[in-house]
Order: sequence, then C-alpha cells, then structure tokens
Amino acid sequence: MERKTVDLWVGIFVAAGFIGLLVLALKVGNASTVKVSDGYTITADFDNIGGLRARAPVRSAGVVVGRVEYVGFSNETLRAKVIMRIDNRYEFPKDSSLSILTSGLLGDQFIGIDGGADTELLEDGDQVRLTQSAIVLEKVIGQFLYGKAVDGGSGN
Amino acid sequence: MLSCPLEYQPQEYNLKGNVDSESLVEFDGVDFSYGATPILRNVSIGFPKGKIIAIMGGSGSGKTTLLRLIGGQLKPDQGTVRFEGDAINSMSHARLYALRRRMGMLFQFGALFTDLSVFENVAFPYREHLQLPESMIRDLVLMKLHAVGLRGAHDLKPAELSGGMARRVALARAIALDPRLIMYDEPFAGLDPISVAIIANLIRRLNSALGATSIIVTHDLEASFKIVDYVYFIAEGEIVAQGTPEDLYESEEPYVQQFVQGESDGPVRFHYPAGRYDADLGMSVE
Amino acid sequence: MISSVASGLRVIGRLTVDGIWHLGAASRFMSIVLMRSAMTFRRYRLLIDEIYFAGALSLIIIVVSGLFVGLVLGLQGYETLKRYGSAEAVGTLVALSLVRELGPVVSALLFASRAGSAITAEIGIMKSTQQLSAMEMMAVDPYARVVAPMFWGGFISMPLLAAIFSAMGIFGGYLITVVVIGVDAGAFWSQMQANVDFRGDILNGVIKSVVFGAAVTAIAVFEGYDAPPTAEGVSHAVTRTVVTSALTVLALDFVLTAFMFTGV
Repeated sequence: MERKTVDLWVGIFVAAGFIGLLVLALKVGNASTVKVSDGYTITADFDNIGGLRARAPVRSAGVVVGRVEYVGFSNETLRAKVIMRIDNRYEFPKDSSLSILTSGLLGDQFIGIDGGADTELLEDGDQVRLTQSAIVLEKVIGQFLYGKAVDGGSGN
Repeated sequence: MLSCPLEYQPQEYNLKGNVDSESLVEFDGVDFSYGATPILRNVSIGFPKGKIIAIMGGSGSGKTTLLRLIGGQLKPDQGTVRFEGDAINSMSHARLYALRRRMGMLFQFGALFTDLSVFENVAFPYREHLQLPESMIRDLVLMKLHAVGLRGAHDLKPAELSGGMARRVALARAIALDPRLIMYDEPFAGLDPISVAIIANLIRRLNSALGATSIIVTHDLEASFKIVDYVYFIAEGEIVAQGTPEDLYESEEPYVQQFVQGESDGPVRFHYPAGRYDADLGMSVE
Repeated sequence: MISSVASGLRVIGRLTVDGIWHLGAASRFMSIVLMRSAMTFRRYRLLIDEIYFAGALSLIIIVVSGLFVGLVLGLQGYETLKRYGSAEAVGTLVALSLVRELGPVVSALLFASRAGSAITAEIGIMKSTQQLSAMEMMAVDPYARVVAPMFWGGFISMPLLAAIFSAMGIFGGYLITVVVIGVDAGAFWSQMQANVDFRGDILNGVIKSVVFGAAVTAIAVFEGYDAPPTAEGVSHAVTRTVVTSALTVLALDFVLTAFMFTGV
C-alpha cells in the first residue's frame, strides 16, 4: 500500500472518530446545555422523595438548571436528604420552594424549583426549607378510596 | 564487493575440535532440555574463527537447539555458551541485542517478511539499526543482492520467489550488517540440486569474503562435505564423532558409518524402543 | 463412583491450573509489551500503520453496522413507544441504548472479529514462519517492533470506532423515525438531549470502549504470540481470539455496567 494512501485513510478514520465523539458530546448529550460540574450546591429535606435518584434533573419553569447529586436518609430528621448542584448562571431567592414532580404520567421524577420573593439569593451550602414531597400514586389512590368509603358511609 | 572465485578450492586445515582459545563460539559443558525431554547433554565444543563448521545428525538430535543457544534465544540449563569469550547465557537484554548485530542467521525456509518486497527485506536491518540516507541504503542493498546474484529481483515480493531464491535473499539479509558469525539452519533442505550447489558456493564465498565464521546445521552429507572444514556429529544430545570430511569418510565409528552409508539400521535403531513384539501382539511368551 | 468423582475433580483441577497458568503467561507477556512500548511512540510511523490496519480497515463494517443497528432501533423503538403515546422519546431510547451499551459492545465484537482476528493471524503467521525469530536474530526486538505497535494501534482505534458506531446509529435512528416515519425533529433531538447526560452516559460509554479495546487487542496479540507454530495452531488461535474476546467483552460489560449505572 502506498504510504500516502495509508496516511489519508488513517487521517479520515481518526477525523471521523473525533467527529463522532464531538457529535455525541454536543448534539446527543447535554454537554452544551448544562454544565453542572461548576455550580453551587443546595440541600433540602423531603418527607418522601418517591423514585427520585441521583443525576435526576432540577428544573425551573421547565428549564434544566441543575442536577441531583446525592440522595440519602438523615437519621436526625428521619427524612430524606437531597443535595443538588445548581448551575452558576441561575439564581434563586432564599425562600424558593422545591417539589418533586413527575414528567408525564410514568416518566422520571425530577425536582422543580419555584422562585420566592426574598431579596437574598441562595448560596453554596444553603438549605431550602419549603419542600413538597413526591406524589405517591398508591397514597393518592388510597386517599381517594378512603374518601369514597367515607362518602358512601355518610350517604347511608 | 565479492571478488573471490566461484569454484571452491579444497584446502588443508589443521584443527583441534575441542574448546580452543581461537574459537569464536564455544560450548562449555552445556546441558539443555525442553521440559523433561533432554536435548543436549554435557556438550563441550568450539567453533574456530574463519572456518566453516557443520553440525550433522538425524532429525530431532538437537542441532537447531545449538544454533538457538548461540543466538541467545534459548538458555542452557547448565554450562556456558561464549561468543568471543563473553558468556551469552548471562547477558542482559541490551547486551544480547548488541551482540546479535554481529551474528547473521539463515533460517530454514528463509523467514522473509512476506509483506515487504525483496529490497525492503534486505534493507530492514539498515533501517532498524543505522541512520543512513536513502541513497546509501539503496546502494548497500543492491550490493548485497548482487552478491547473491539477485539484484534483478529486488522489486519482487517473497511470494514470487522460488525456494532457492528466497533463501538467497534471506542470506543477503543475514549478511547485511557484515556479521562475524553466520549460522545456517538446514540451508539445503528441500532444494533442487542446482540450488543446493548455488547455496553451497555462496556459503563458501561469503565466509571468506567477509572473514566470518560459519556454522551449518544440516543432514545433507553430500553438499556440506564439499564446503566445510570440520564436522561435528551429534546424536541423542551428545557429540558422537568429529573431524574433517576426509577423516569422517574413513572413520570406523559405527554411527558415522551408518550416517555416511545411509543405512536404515545401526547404532541409530530403526525401531523406536518398545517391548517384545510377540508380547505386544498377544502371542504366548515362553 | 468414587473414582468418577475423583476424575471429575481432577478435570476441574487441571482446568483451573491451566487457566491460571495461561492468565499468568498472558500478564507476563503484556507487561513485557508495555515495558517495550517506547519505540511505538518514538517511531510513530509504525503506529500509524497499525491504526490503518486495525482502525481504518474496520471503518466500513463499523459504519454500515452502526447505521443498520440505528435503523432497527429506531423502528422497533417507535413501534413500541407509539403504544404509550410517547413516540418522541424514541430519540432518547436510540441514543441511550447506543451510547451506553450497543456502541461499545457491538463495535468491540465487530472489532474482535475484524481486527482482532487479523492481528492474531498476522502475529501467528510471522511466528510460525520464523519471521519473529529472524527479527530477533537481526537484533530487532519483535515485542517492540511488531507486537507493541499492534497493541497500541488497536487500543487507540477501538474508542474511535465505538464513537463512529454510536454516531452512525443515532443518525440511522434519526433517518428512520424523523425522515421516514415523520416524528417531530425538534422533539427527537430535545428529548435526547434532555435525557442523555454527558458524564453519566457518554463518558461512561467511552470508558467502556477503551476498556474493551485494551482487552480485545491484548487477547489478540497474546493469542497470536502464544499460537503453536503450525497452520492448525494459527487457525485455532484466531478462533480463540474471537471467542475469548466476545466472552470477555460481554463479561466486562456486565461488571462495568454494574459499577457505572446503578443509581447511587
């Protein structure tokens, strides 16, 4: 094989490989949208996190603003402890509230931030007080049935 | 670059077969075995400088092992192999590789690099070891190919060569760095009579042109006796006979007799060691 | 009865001893190759030739298979997701399956059968025709001159091939679902981007392909060097390369997946 042909093909191959990686990183992945490696962390306690897991998105008004870094159980409060990393570009007031939501009926769970009215902003290491647990379908159904039963009982 | 006559003139040599201060390579009490199979037993021989020495013996007698011990590709279990006085078996990796530059070896079927042309095969040692301009490499390669009579074939691929030509190209490659020692592993095996004569002639010519020492491992009595100065006979890992070709033709040694006459039975048995034939066949043994 | 149990145990014992011996020989071989790799990078021509041999020559098979795997994934994913009314999620499905699993694994399997077998055959034939011995006697170290460049050529090629495979697969998925079936292109890409994480999914996929590349090429060069110097020996070695590589890749994939993608 001619030297130049080999070089050409190796060049094509290596270039194609790097273009492939670049496409995966920028077009397929979210490397271009949210870089959560540099950001600030906030913590929050939840009564029930449902199916929330690490790396789940944190959204505000539907926009991904950060990622869940850690999900664990706190022995002191007997509640679930969640650490999130929020992108530096986004700022939220201190009295913002967090809620665990579900994308669609059967989709993954994520954390939604609703902005408050405070003039001070959340900083690295802050804890968010206002939290709303995940809606657990079994509980909702249970309550619905219980309500029906009570209704039925009173109707008699 | 090679101006010696094509015809070989027999010369008289006065050789001592044993370990000798004038030896380029010497074996001193060498034992070698593959696992549990002993190949060489207490071999002590010398290869005098400037001579062509044949190592003869039947198949599987340990001849090729001797060459691999000299090349440092195998290490003896006991004893030492020396090249110009340096023990090969206790050398570091780097020194062994430095030493191998002074050796050339012709493998049984040439062992040419099949993906390289004839020219590139011969150029290989130059490209690997010397930083030379391309024009000088070209000159050197063509000179070596001319010495084996194949300058015209430099563009061919090894697959396009006959067995004899491939071996000549391999010989040109083996002598590329002008070695002190040239080893030949079965150089005549599987060649037609003309090719055998060409190779034999080349071995003789190159040895004197380069001032080298040659060791030929072979079982081809006829071709090698015409060109060698001294012969070692090896059988079952031991040196059983040695001498100049003339001595050996007249030797009374039964092993040599059997080998020279080509008899099927003798000291080397026709039968592999076995129990009694009638017992093996289940016949009654009285 | 007892004797049959004993002979069974003996078989197990022998297989274990053989296996450990083989593993030890392979580790020793690879440590020699790695120690003598300096020449590969000093004389980068050798490396470029081997990248051509292992990578560029595998380009066609990788591109074509990647495209078809993507087409099939897109079609199957669409058919299934349509039932749940979430056909837009097909982009996520195609991208995640390719980037996490199919890209590294399938391209490693193709790489083993295309480049790995060729590496084994080349080294095995060079050994059986005494070319490696001849090189050694010309004072050229075959580990440094032949084996190490082949190993590094394969090692470098494999992650690039996996990336090309995944990218082609996603393109295939795009072709079938967006262009042919008519899923909304914006939804296709945005769903994909929202759910494919750079570090968690893509980088882990790349790490997988690096590990697979190292494993497959190490197996290929070792089997070639270890092959008995006969035609039969080389052909068995080629078969062993493909089988061992495939099993190793699948086993490693399980281990890596267990480490990488188990939630916490």
